Order: sequence, then C-alpha cells, then structure tokens
Amino acid sequence: MIEVRNLYKRFGSQEVLKNINTTFEPGKNNLIIGKSGSGKTVLLKCIVGLLTPTSGHVFFDEKDYVAMGIQQKNEIRRELGMLFQGGALFDSLSVEQNVRFPLDMFTKMSNSEKLDRVNEVLKRVNLVNANAKFPSQLSGGMQKRTGIARAIVMNPKYLFCDEPNSGLDPQTSIVIDELIMEITEEYQITTITNTHDMNSVVTNGDKIIFLHEGEKHWEGTRETLFMADNKELIDFIFASDFLKEARDVRLEKIKAKLSK
Amino acid sequence: MAEYVHETGGPLFHIGRYVLMVRRSFANPERASMYWKETLRQMSNIGVGSLVIIMLISFFIGAVSAVQFAYNLSQSMVPMYFVGYVVKESMILELAPTISCLILAGKVGSNLASELGTMRLTEQIDALEIMGVNTFSYLIGPKLAAAITMVPLLVIVSAATGITGGLLAGSATGYVSSSDYLQGVLLQFVQKNVFIMLTKAAVFGFILTSISCYQGFYAHGSAIEIGKASTRAVVLSCIMVLFADLILAWLLLN
Repeated sequence: MIEVRNLYKRFGSQEVLKNINTTFEPGKNNLIIGKSGSGKTVLLKCIVGLLTPTSGHVFFDEKDYVAMGIQQKNEIRRELGMLFQGGALFDSLSVEQNVRFPLDMFTKMSNSEKLDRVNEVLKRVNLVNANAKFPSQLSGGMQKRTGIARAIVMNPKYLFCDEPNSGLDPQTSIVIDELIMEITEEYQITTITNTHDMNSVVTNGDKIIFLHEGEKHWEGTRETLFMADNKELIDFIFASDFLKEARDVRLEKIKAKLSK
Repeated sequence: MAEYVHETGGPLFHIGRYVLMVRRSFANPERASMYWKETLRQMSNIGVGSLVIIMLISFFIGAVSAVQFAYNLSQSMVPMYFVGYVVKESMILELAPTISCLILAGKVGSNLASELGTMRLTEQIDALEIMGVNTFSYLIGPKLAAAITMVPLLVIVSAATGITGGLLAGSATGYVSSSDYLQGVLLQFVQKNVFIMLTKAAVFGFILTSISCYQGFYAHGSAIEIGKASTRAVVLSCIMVLFADLILAWLLLN
C-alpha cells in the first residue's frame, strides 16, 4: 500500500500541492483526477521520487520513501513501473531492446530467458511482430503499449501511469484503459493513474482522488462519484455546455418525478 | 534528481551543479557490460563520426600554414626547409589540439547537448531514474570516457594530416620542395611537445563533453530550449577550451 501524508510541494513562491493525505490501495486502479494545472503530475512525481516534496511523507508499505537514501530508493524503484505521458521510449533502441533494457541492467537472466520474458510481455500488451521496430515507426497507441510492456517486464508491485490516454483517439484510449485494468487485476499491482479523461474515470476508477488547485477536494469510488457534493468536482465532470445541459434536463426530470 | 532541472541560479550555482554532475558521472556502474557497450557506442560517435571533418579541416589548415610561412620566408634569409619545421611545431603545439577541439565543440558538443536535451524533454531520463539507473554515470560517464580516449587520437590524426597538407601544398605551389619540407619536419623532434598536445587534447575533450552534457542534461521547458542549450554548449565549450589552452600553455611550457 502507498500512503501519502501531509504532502506539500512548492516551486519558489508557488504552492502546487497543499496538505495531501491519502492512501492508494493494493490490487486496485487508483485514479488522480483534476483539471490541467491542478497538481496531478506533480503529485505523481512526488510519489515516485522524481520530485522531492517540500514537506510530508510518502510511505511504500510503511517505509518512508522521502527519508530514504539513494540506495534504498533504488531498491524501491526496482519495484516500480511507470508509463509516461509520451511513452518515454529510448529513441535509439528497438521495441525489443526498450522492453529488455531493465532486464539487461538489473537481472542476471540468460539471453534466451530475457527474450522469452520480453516476448511474453509484448504478447500480453498485444504487440506481436513489432520487436525490431523503432519508436519512430510506432503509432501513439503502440508506443503506449510498448511503454506498458517495459513498465511490467520486471513484475513491479506498483504501476504508475501519467495521462495514459493523452494524444490517443477515443477507441485506442479504451484499449489502453482496458489493458491497464486487466494488468492491475492479473498481476495484483497497485496502480496509480493520473488522468482527466472522464471515460477512464467511469470505467477504471476503483478509487478516485480529485485535486483542485493543489488541494484534495474529494475522494471516493466511481459509484459515489456522480453523487458527490463538491462544486469543483461537479464542474470538472460536467465540463462542457452540452453535458451541463444534459445534467440540467436530467435534474428537471428528477425534480418533476419527485414533485408528483 | 529532476528537482534540480527546474532550478536556476547564478554562476556559483551552475559551477556547483556542474561539479556534482561530473562527480556523479564516475560513480560505480550498476552493470559494467551495459556501460561498456554505451562507451563503445559513444567512442564510435565521437571518434569515427568526427574523423572525416577533422582530417578535412586539418589538411587545409596545414596547407594554408605552409603556403603562408613559405611566402614570408621567401623574402628572408631563413632556409626554406624551415617551413616544414614551423608547420610541424605549430600543428603539434597549437593548431591540432585547439582547432580540432573547437571543431568538435561545434559538432560533438551540439550533438550531445541536443541528444540529452531531447531525452530530458521526452522524459527518457525520468524513465531511467524510475528504473533506478544512475543517469549521471550511465548517460554522461561513457561520453566523458569516450571523449578522453578518442579526442587525443583525433588530434594525432589532425596533426599528421595537417603536416601532410603542408607538404602537398608547399610542393604543389612550388614554394617549398618536398625534400626541403621533410627535412624541416624531421628537424629537432621534441617529445615534450607531443605530450603537451595529448594533454591538451584530453583536457579539451573533457571540457567540451562535460559542458555540453551539462547543458543538455539540465535543459528544461519547451523544444526551443534544446536549440538554446546546444548554442550555449558550443559557445561555452569554445570559450572554456581557449581559456584552458592559455592555462595549459602557461603551466606546461614553463
């Protein structure tokens, strides 16, 4: 389990995260949602250690990650997998070499064992016959799937996904969402996904944390999301005029029903 | 680590961050074979990739030096074989290490800065850090090792090509015969000068690589920053190479 306690992050005079307290449950897909600039990515980067919080703690299975030295942090990092917004694939390496990279760097597996493992995860993310391709030859969806394959190749305990649907068409987004859900359940990993895609929120969110201007405004499940009594969250969910009108029409119908 | 990417400060801040970067670049590797592979790749990029341009420019520098010295000596009582001697000495002591490294600052320096800058902006460096890789020693260490090894070799090639350029230009223009030129080249071989040339090459190689890596590694913001980082890498490397040239000349020739 990952626990965030009293977390603050400041860049100069700008306070980006204010007193964040939450837990991310194991074997579940935990979502951090909010508008652009609400602090989602900063929170994710503070949790994985790419940014150091101004104050506060991040606990991985009750071990304080922020207070750890670089050696201990690296041990925890070997249990993390991360899917970056743009894929973050190494340009000079092929798909196979990208996925194989953590195995080459940190394991003593033989070449054939590494190749078997690479093919196994590539098959799992439905990316067969792409071993020799380079990132520049892949579509956005294929890059994301390669990124997921690289993130899970070391059998991580925790999977972090930063905006997994950005730059993808709606259909490919659904495929990636489903893949993240399946992998979370299959490998029983603690997944933390950072998104503003409402489709992902509705389908993927076992637990949802809503950030607004650096503060946690709401947390709950997808079942309780639409009943939340939080103005900022409601505005976020019904962001477009079309959705607002649809909500108003629905409210009118409900009121009419209730008054009968 | 990414924390410090977004920080800016005065010259002291940059010097401190640069020193820390260099120190971390020589940390123990996680997997020696991976680092060795990366070092070989960088040796090929820096060494083999720059060979043609170094030979081409050195040839013309040697040729122009020979023709101009010969022109000046032709109006004096100094024997013409002296052209070969002057070209050899100036190539070994100054032109081969300094001009080659200024060229490398442009070619290799901008390449390294934009490679690392792109890796930073596309989160490839973050991806390595998340895996637990020491990004300084994996990304910068092999580049420094490759430069310290390959730049002296390139400078040896540069000196040889420059002297050959002088020979061909001198005889082609009729200013100095091949035999006179070779007599000058073979005159008074000072071993210490070759040592100075190689020392300069290794130091300049380190300077241009580390400064370029620093600019690229700490690039942040938008894509336009990669261009700015490359320009800063080239300009700063050139200035620091020339400054180091002065210091080394003063230290080694005294």
